[in-house]
Amino acid sequence: MLRKLIAIITSLKLTIVCLVAAMVLIFAGTIAQVHLGIWEAQQRYFQSFFVWWPPKGRGFRIPIFPGGHLIGAVLLINLIAAHAKRFQWAWRKLGIHLTHAGLIIMLAGGLFTDLFAVESHMRLTQGDTRNYSEDPRRMELAVIDTSNPEFDQVTAIPEAVLRQGGGIEHKSLPFRVVVRHFYQNSRLHMVNESGVALQPIANQGPGAQVVVEPVPRATGVNDRDLVSAAVEIIPAKSASLGTWLVSDALGAPQTFSRDGRTWQLVMRPARYYKPYSVTLQKFTHERYAGTEIPKNFASKVTLIDPERSVNRNVLVYMNHPLRYRGETYYQAGFERDDRTSILQVVRNPSFIAPYIACIVVAAGLLVQFGYHLVGFSRRRGAVAA
Amino acid sequence: MKRFFPWLALVLAAAWVAVSWFPPKITDDAADLVTLGKIPVLVGGRVKPLDTVARNSLLIIHGKETLLLPNGEQIGAMQWLADVLFKPALADDYPVFVIQNSEVLGLFGWEQSDRKYFSFTELSPFLKQIDEQGEQADKLESVQRSAYQSAILNLRNALILCQRLKNSLRPEDAHDFSNELETYAAAIPPAAQAASQREKGETFDKAKLDSVAAFIQRYENLSSMAYLLAVPSGEGMQWQSVAENLLQTVQTGEIHPLVRTYALLGDAYHVGDQRAFNQQAALLRDWFAKEQAVATKRTSFEFLFNHVDPFTHSMVLYVLAFLLACGSWLGWNRPLNRAAFYLLLLSLAVHTFGLASRMYLQERPPVTNLYSSAIFIGWGAVIVALILERIFRDGIGAACAGAIGFITLIIAHHLAGSGDTLEMLQAVLDTNIWLATHVVAITTGYSAMFLAGMLAMIYIIRGVFTRSLKKETADSLSRMTYGVVCFATLFSFVGTVLGGIWADQSWGRFWGWDPKENGAVLIVLWCAIILHARWGGFIRQRGLMIMAIFGNVVTSFSWFGVNMLGVGLHSYGFMQKAFPWLVGFIISQLALMAVAAMPLERWRSFRGSTNGPRQKDKLDFVPPGLVERT
Repeated sequence: MLRKLIAIITSLKLTIVCLVAAMVLIFAGTIAQVHLGIWEAQQRYFQSFFVWWPPKGRGFRIPIFPGGHLIGAVLLINLIAAHAKRFQWAWRKLGIHLTHAGLIIMLAGGLFTDLFAVESHMRLTQGDTRNYSEDPRRMELAVIDTSNPEFDQVTAIPEAVLRQGGGIEHKSLPFRVVVRHFYQNSRLHMVNESGVALQPIANQGPGAQVVVEPVPRATGVNDRDLVSAAVEIIPAKSASLGTWLVSDALGAPQTFSRDGRTWQLVMRPARYYKPYSVTLQKFTHERYAGTEIPKNFASKVTLIDPERSVNRNVLVYMNHPLRYRGETYYQAGFERDDRTSILQVVRNPSFIAPYIACIVVAAGLLVQFGYHLVGFSRRRGAVAA
Repeated sequence: MKRFFPWLALVLAAAWVAVSWFPPKITDDAADLVTLGKIPVLVGGRVKPLDTVARNSLLIIHGKETLLLPNGEQIGAMQWLADVLFKPALADDYPVFVIQNSEVLGLFGWEQSDRKYFSFTELSPFLKQIDEQGEQADKLESVQRSAYQSAILNLRNALILCQRLKNSLRPEDAHDFSNELETYAAAIPPAAQAASQREKGETFDKAKLDSVAAFIQRYENLSSMAYLLAVPSGEGMQWQSVAENLLQTVQTGEIHPLVRTYALLGDAYHVGDQRAFNQQAALLRDWFAKEQAVATKRTSFEFLFNHVDPFTHSMVLYVLAFLLACGSWLGWNRPLNRAAFYLLLLSLAVHTFGLASRMYLQERPPVTNLYSSAIFIGWGAVIVALILERIFRDGIGAACAGAIGFITLIIAHHLAGSGDTLEMLQAVLDTNIWLATHVVAITTGYSAMFLAGMLAMIYIIRGVFTRSLKKETADSLSRMTYGVVCFATLFSFVGTVLGGIWADQSWGRFWGWDPKENGAVLIVLWCAIILHARWGGFIRQRGLMIMAIFGNVVTSFSWFGVNMLGVGLHSYGFMQKAFPWLVGFIISQLALMAVAAMPLERWRSFRGSTNGPRQKDKLDFVPPGLVERT
């Protein structure tokens, strides 16, 4: 039994099956991007163990094809197991070994990146200083204690916790935050707007005049979900202070007071704070003369890091990112007539893996095919002679 | 004859190519459009000769680089441009605008007939309608547009381009423009005097101010239309249109010598004074040779490049070579084979000249857009195929070289319809290192995949439909295909990973599951599957051939198909027109695979014989190190 299992795991047939499955998956995933958008298709097809098919209106889903993580993992196991079983050192096998070692590095690096890489954005208008970046795909409910004039104390509740619902307690908060409603994607309407039959779900702040319409999750390339929730604030051993509507669609924070302290509530993109700050001095967007074709985008920023006594100007432009303290800043976009620059911030501890893998595999393929070629021409030479 | 035939073919072909290198003769009584065609202007962010502007504009508007007039006369692009620039009333009657969509015709109340070219004069009653309809279509993404919407938008853009050209060097209603300029220059000092009088509160002559104000209004309108930036002003890429320069005249009080020359040139052309025209054209040439020496050298070369038209020439030579190589399998083997090889060498030389010229003109590595990828894929495949031909000398490499060279150049020809193929690069592509490594490696991989597919097609077509596939031929085809697949694996893999590294450098992620990236990895996976299946003994000769043909499908999807999805960072515009061709190609390949899957008894070459590939071939060309011995 075990022997049979090992035979399967180490077989070349399994390799081929995995490779074919990968091709089918990638093809289907690419076509699916037309309707789902790149990000959603990536989640469903490539960064999952199974591709699920939910029959319409049944409330359950069936796995119909192995997802990217499953195929990648099986391929990795197959690769390692086959080599562990059959490994024998010989110069003529050098190319094969190098190629496959490189592939192992690449697959493992890819898995590592999927698990640990964090992508976020820093949005800066000229003159702005930020010490955080934002994740445009995940929201958080920030509960901010603004009573201390020196600093604000921020308690952030991640979207995933809000989604679970129920009461949330934290030692920095003298009250419980109870999630009454949660909407992954929503549209807000004024109560008195015609054709709306919904009731407000909040009784405090602007949310009392607003109703929330739940809508299906956004799937377009440029669309995103507008997350909304209704939260009730209940101090310990006291009556409820009321229910607030917090939403991505509501801009300004809402304020309430309790025991002489002032609190703010705001639903905002999840923030990653940094021990240093970035100030945008100038954003430039060059075009080719007489055209609208972009020639270059560049952000001149000042990087200030008191811990490491760094205070310098950096130019971030196309193909020339800034790498600092394990994070990399790329010029990603611009907004509002070229006054706002969007930098993509990436923390990827395994970014070096593909570089190594590429060199190792390329060397392996060169050795292997070179070996073929030499053997081939030698035999032809022998035939001719 | 047998000895001389290949040389004769080569000499004839070389003579044919050489003819195009000589510039056309100019007679004294004709306008010297050659000199004018070499004059540099700035359009689309690039300094180019007027000849290129003429060819590209006519291609965009008319779909061809020449124009057939109703009187049966055929005129070149430069002639057309000169008429548009200097005799717009005449050019308005030229049937240049293409309308084939019946709904667009219906918009104007016209029925579809065999006419598809219409003149500006015919369309002028409908300009407002066209503009409104086109503007609505412009709001949609290109993928979402219906055939009607695409057609009306194209028509609108063509009309706009034509109007802008007409108002590039002079207002379209101008008759004696040089005189107008003198009046303008003469009116400036009195107007300046009047203006300063007005500021001081003294009495001033309002008529003097108004006359200059009218000119300024006229030139401001003109500068908002101008398509050509014809006047270099200052360093580098600072060019102005004639009208912009005229607006500066208010301050300087002087008319730029170039503007004056253009005005005289235009007037001469307008009244048909060829001698005066030629004089002014020579003055333009001399001015640029002195003031813009570098740009002029480059534009003169580009003129030659346009004129020589290397890709069309090598396309024809590739077809001839292909036919000769195929003929060599039927009889008169050696002379035909040799002639095919010589023609291919000549064709490759012309092809290389074209590729190198583009690199010189653009100062870039060879592949910068889809058009140039087609040129380069053909070039790479031809070189590899010629190497195969040198080794095996059986006409197979030559036939492949001819076929792939021809097909890729045809594809390039059809991709050129959108205008300037030497266009400027989007910001993220503006890096020669990655263009030279990643893009070249990927496209070399494409070349090899198509070559492997072509070899497999020859194997199957010869095997199934003819009796010419002997054991030795089959074996050598199989060796070639295998070797080329190895080559493709190496380049596709390295190219794909280099692309990932580039993405990591510029977008912060090694892999983004962008359609173009997925397309590239599909090729790598398919290569890996072919090689592993071969090494594991799951496939033999025929299996290898069938899989190599499917490689064509995968590669064409990766090269074109993913661009048609209209998503991702690599999508360079939706190519509706190419879609049926791609589908047709894929179906043909699948059909060929089905044919190849027929039992071997049905193959003409193997019928009744015992030496078909059915016999267990012992992986003879795989070095022992590769076979898994379990």
